[in-house]
Formats: sequence, C-alpha cells, structure tokens
Amino acid sequence: MIENTTVLYQKKEIPIRILHLGFVFLAIGVIGSIIGFVVEPARTSFNFVVLIAWCASIGTGSLFFIGIEYLSGAVWSVPFRRVAEVNSAVIFTLPLLIVPVLLNIHSVFHWSHAEEVLKDEILKGKSSYLNPSFFVLRIILIIALWFLFKSLFTKHSRKQDFTFEQSLTKKNTIVSAVFMPVFAVTLTIFAIDWLMSLEPHWYSTIFGVYYFAGTFLAALGLFTFASIKLNESGYLLEGLGQDHYYSMGALLFAFTNFWAYIAFSQFMLIWYANLPEETFWYITRGTGTWMYFSLGIIFVKFVVPYIALLPQPAKMDPKRLKFISLWILFAHYYDLFWIVMPTYSKDYFVFGWIEISSILLGIGLIIVNFYYFANKTNLIPIGDPKLKRAIEFHL
Amino acid sequence: MDDKNLFGVACLFKDPNKLLPLVKKIRELGFKNWDVHSAYPLHGIPKAMRLKWSPLGYIALIFGLSGASFGLFLTWWTMSVDYPLIIGGKPWFSFPAFVPVLFELTVLLASVGTAIVMLFVIFKLPNNRHPLNDTEYMKKVSSEYYGLVVESKDPNFDYDRIVSIFKEYEPSEILDINYQELELKYQPKVFDWKFILFLVIISAATSAFAYFYNNKVLYLPPFDFMLNQFKLKPQESSTLFSDNFGMRIPVAGTVARGEKFYPFKGKPEEAGTKLVNTLEPSEENLKLGQQKYNTFCSPCHGWRGEGDSRLNGQFPNPPSLHTEKLRNWPDGRIYHVIVEGQNIMPSYARLLSEKERWAIVLYIRALQRSLNAKQEDLQ
Repeated sequence: MIENTTVLYQKKEIPIRILHLGFVFLAIGVIGSIIGFVVEPARTSFNFVVLIAWCASIGTGSLFFIGIEYLSGAVWSVPFRRVAEVNSAVIFTLPLLIVPVLLNIHSVFHWSHAEEVLKDEILKGKSSYLNPSFFVLRIILIIALWFLFKSLFTKHSRKQDFTFEQSLTKKNTIVSAVFMPVFAVTLTIFAIDWLMSLEPHWYSTIFGVYYFAGTFLAALGLFTFASIKLNESGYLLEGLGQDHYYSMGALLFAFTNFWAYIAFSQFMLIWYANLPEETFWYITRGTGTWMYFSLGIIFVKFVVPYIALLPQPAKMDPKRLKFISLWILFAHYYDLFWIVMPTYSKDYFVFGWIEISSILLGIGLIIVNFYYFANKTNLIPIGDPKLKRAIEFHL
Repeated sequence: MDDKNLFGVACLFKDPNKLLPLVKKIRELGFKNWDVHSAYPLHGIPKAMRLKWSPLGYIALIFGLSGASFGLFLTWWTMSVDYPLIIGGKPWFSFPAFVPVLFELTVLLASVGTAIVMLFVIFKLPNNRHPLNDTEYMKKVSSEYYGLVVESKDPNFDYDRIVSIFKEYEPSEILDINYQELELKYQPKVFDWKFILFLVIISAATSAFAYFYNNKVLYLPPFDFMLNQFKLKPQESSTLFSDNFGMRIPVAGTVARGEKFYPFKGKPEEAGTKLVNTLEPSEENLKLGQQKYNTFCSPCHGWRGEGDSRLNGQFPNPPSLHTEKLRNWPDGRIYHVIVEGQNIMPSYARLLSEKERWAIVLYIRALQRSLNAKQEDLQ
C-alpha cells in the first residue's frame, strides 16, 4: 500500500473575467439561436445537432478519460484529472440543447414523418427502432446513464479530498469498469440516433467507432488546453511540466492517427464496395461546394495535427500543444458539421450567422461550465494516493 | 592476465532515486566520457544526463517516406502500367485502394529499417568487444542494480577524486573495471563450423517443413478444403442437368459471342476451294503466325513442321508438313484442318481466332518454302 502524502496545494479562484468572457459568448449565441429558431427553425436545429454532438463528445470523452485513468492505473494524469472532471460536466448542458431540437424533430429527422415512413419500404423496416417515442426514450436513458456515472466519479473523487480514503480509488476503478461497456453502447447508440439517422437510408457499421475517435480527440483537445493553461497560470502544483505535457501530446497524436485510420476505413470500404445505398452519403459530400469542405477535413483533422505533433519536442512544447489542442477541438466541430449539414443543404455549402452563433453558444457553454465547476472543487485531487508519484513523473 | 588496463571506475546503487543526484553532479563537474546503465529505461535520467536527441527519429522518417514512395511506385506500376486489371470498375490508378499498401509498407520499412539501423549501425552488432561486456558490473546492472561508469579516457579523470565523489552518494558498491588488450581484438567467430552447421540444419529443416506442408499436408483432408470447391471443373459430372454432364454443348443453331458461323463443317474439299486467305503476308502477320504456331502447333508438328514431336511418343507423330500433298493443298484446306481437326488432331477453333488461324496458314506456307523454295525465291 502506498502511503498517502499531503501536498501543498492552495486553491485559487478562477478570475471572474473568465465568466464574463463566457457570458459574452453565451449571450451572443443564445440571442442568435433564438432568432434563428424563429427565422429558420430547420437550419438552426441542424446546427444544434452539431452542437449537441460536439458537447456530448467533450463531456463523455472526458468521462472516458477518467475511466481509463482509473482502469489502467495511469499516474501522470492524476493532477489533471479534475480538469477532465470539470469538462465532463458539459453533459449537463445537453438537455438544454436537445429540447429545442426535439421540438423541431420533423424538420431534422426524415424518419419522424409517419406518412413518409409508410411510403418507404426501407424506413418501414427500420420504424420499430427509428420512431419518435423510442428515440426520445433512448436519449433520456442515455443522458441519465451519463449523468449517473459522471456524478459517481465526481462524488468519490471529491470525497477523497477530505477523507484521504484509498478505498475510494478502488470504488472509482469499479465504476470505471462498469462504465466502459456502458460508454461503448450508449455512445454508439447516440451516434446512430443523432448523426447517422439524419440520412435514415444510409448506414455504416463503423460509424460508432468513427464518432468515438472524434469524441476522445475533442475531449483530449479541451483537456490539454485547459490543463496547460491552468498549470502555466499557477492554478495547479509546482513540478508539473514537460513530462506530463508529453503524455498529452502523445495521446493527441495517437488518436489523430486513430481517427484517420477509422475515417479512411469507413471511406475505403464504401468506395470499394460501391453499393448505391451506402455511396450516396459520400456522393452528397463529394459534389459541389461540399467537395472542398470534404477535402478540407483531411487537412484540418489529420494532416495539420499529424505534422504539428510528429516531432518529439513538439509534443512537449506547451505553446504548440495549446494551439494544436484547440485546433483539434474545433476540427471535431468541423467533422460533425461535415456529417450533419449536407443533409440540410444537399447542393451547396452553408455558413452564416446561424452557424456562427451556435459555435459561439457552444464556446460560451464550455467556458461558463468550466468556471462554475472549477470553482466548486479543488483543481488538484489532493487525496489521491497516486498524486505524489504523479508529480515526480518523469519520462 | 598481465596486461590489465583500467577502463573506468563504476558505482552501483540499489535505489534508482539515489542515482539521479549523482548523475546531475557528474554532469555539472564537466565529465565527458561517462554513462549510466540500468536494466530498464529510467525516468528522468536522459534529461539529467543532457543526452542529445537521438537521430533515430529522422532515420525512421526517411525509411517511412521511402516505404511510402516505394508503395506508391509498386501499386502504380503493377496496377496501372504493367498488368492493369479492372477491379470493381475502378480506374487503373485508384488511390484509395492503394492507401493500405502504402500504409503497410511505410510502417514496415520504418520499423524494420529503424531497428536494423539501431542494432547494426548505432549499436554496431555483432561487435562484442566493448570492455564493459562480460564484467561483474554488467551482470549486476542487468538485474537489480543501477550503475554509473566514469571512463579513464575522460580528460578530467582522477581516480581518487571520483571515488570520493562516489562515496558522498553512498553507493552500494564501487568497482574498478579492467579489460585486456586482447579483448578488443577479439573477432566474433561467425564462420565457426558449428555455427555454419547450425545454419545448414535450420535451413534444411525449414525447407523440408515448407515442402511437406505445401506439397503434402495441404492435399490431405481436412486441409484440402480449398481444392474441393462448389464449382464445376472441366470434365466433371453434375447432377444439376438431367444428362449429368458438367460441360454443356452449345445450343443448336447458335453461334457463340465473337465467333463466326463456319459453313464448311464436314466439307474439307469445299472449304479448300471456297476459302481465301485474307491476310497480307506482312512481317506483322508472319510474326503472329510464328508465335501461335510455336505455341499451339509445334509441340506435335515440330518447330519447322517436320513432324518431329516433342511429346516423346505420348501421341503418334504427325506426318511432315513438307510433303508434296500438303504443299499442293490450298490455304482453305489447311485452315479447315485447324478449325475441325483431323484424325487424332483436335479442333483448335476455340483457342485461335480467325485472324490467328490464317496467320498460322501463312507461317506454314513460309515454312514449306524454306525447305522447298520455288524458282523465283532464289533470284
């Protein structure tokens, strides 16, 4: 058994100007989206689907990160675990985003029109799964499960700050072990429901993994940015630095490759098999102005992060990591936009004030969420038995 | 054992954390020739030693890039230039299909190349001559100890001073490391007869296994499942059709696609009078005729049509193509034999197109004239 060690940690409040900044983004986003729902409800709803998938990515990806830390017994990430815990609270904003889309369900999901489904043999076959009531039930269940695991993780972790009980780590490890399969199933169902079913005729059996790859990347992006920023401004402990950054950089690099591998696997199999019921999805995205957007995704989500993170020193350089982690966070938004928006506008690329306001809304939600939840807890899990080893972590 | 030379002085620790301050101290004192040894990579030591970045990353990059370009060349050359095959109606050069090959070759060359460079260029294998090899020190750092050596060739080397520095850090042991001059001249015995014999036995065993596996084992049930497929091979019977023939006879009154109706079936004399060779006796046509003759006719008729079969009596030898009778046959009569066959000779209609048959006729004429030249050929 490892001895518990007390570390000198002085909690510092996150400055109020962060909240103000968040509120500015949030205000613009909320006003823009409300106007959007009045003027162009369909387009705004589609943008909200992107936003929901993005926020769900950040939240659940952070939960996954916490889970693998416990399960693998990772040491280096312990001082930063609170950052992931704070980021995972983004899932609490999901109901606020989901309700307006559910109100406009008929303009987003083609399969929600009962009379259209009756005319369509394929949709008739899928209707036992793709029908509005079961859809709503599923999303409620999924979000409830996410909330449950999020609160279990945080409860045990925070309790440890006061009690220093090592058994709490054990408890969270068990929670993680249960969470992993739940995460796999719920995230796949979420991806199928909210992204794949936008084109109800289309299917790709790898889609859940594809969404997971982006999910973990986005969560890692925000995690890396927030951790480095907090550490540089002295909110964390002395002695955290390059060696810890390297692990973040290596994870970002690894999952950039993983995403590219999965994305290419999905594309190549559909391209090779050349079945009309699968290819039309890529044809929509490969024609007209969408083609340039689709080609851009190769560079935005793979080539740029890959080259930027390839050299070993680059994975330790906080400046570059901060830039590239934010880049990856928004590359995931780009990716989701690419998945969702061609369904709304098949012929040409759309980008306007509605899109901008929903991005700003997302940024605002993340910042405000971060401010509230970061101020609620210690930013260092001071009771964690692995903390001392984590601070002394060297490559 | 008299020529003992001091290689260096070493100290051993049981606790890796005690080693780290000593490493920093040695580095600060400005020693140049010194090294740290442990059984596994120690966190923080490379940084404390101020080791330079290894060039291995660039080597991996170079190997990876050459793997990628070789993969691109390979796929492009084989799939688009040398042997283009239509696969799923895709273009000859369809990049997405090549990406897996490129990826595999990149990874393969990068990893194998890097490993080979590391082992044979940087570590200089099979060099076994380092003075540290086969010493008490090396045995200990390979198991439970962590060691540091300062070499005697270091410009600042001063035995007593170094030992006193070591003692400040309370090591478990301080060792002198000696080596013999002879040791450095030792050559590994690569061509030792035992080693050669070992290689021979291994390669013989591997070959024998490969031979039996590929030629015997794969033909035994149940490993022969690839041989028994649910498809019909030539001459096989089939229960699907009522006459139990696997090979089907063309429907009466039809002509296969790309074929022409042959009106002189069973009428060789009529074919001889009515058919005319439409081909020019050009070099191109004669070349074609030669190639097809050599492929399809020469096994029985011989390279020059003299009836000297290469089949070693498996079939009766055909008569020479240079007889008076054949020289006087019209072109159409020879053509008819190619189409219908004669005596033991089967029909070659399915193997040779119309143009190829006529080209063969041209070539046979050329062969005949090579032995029995006409008067005007000699002028």
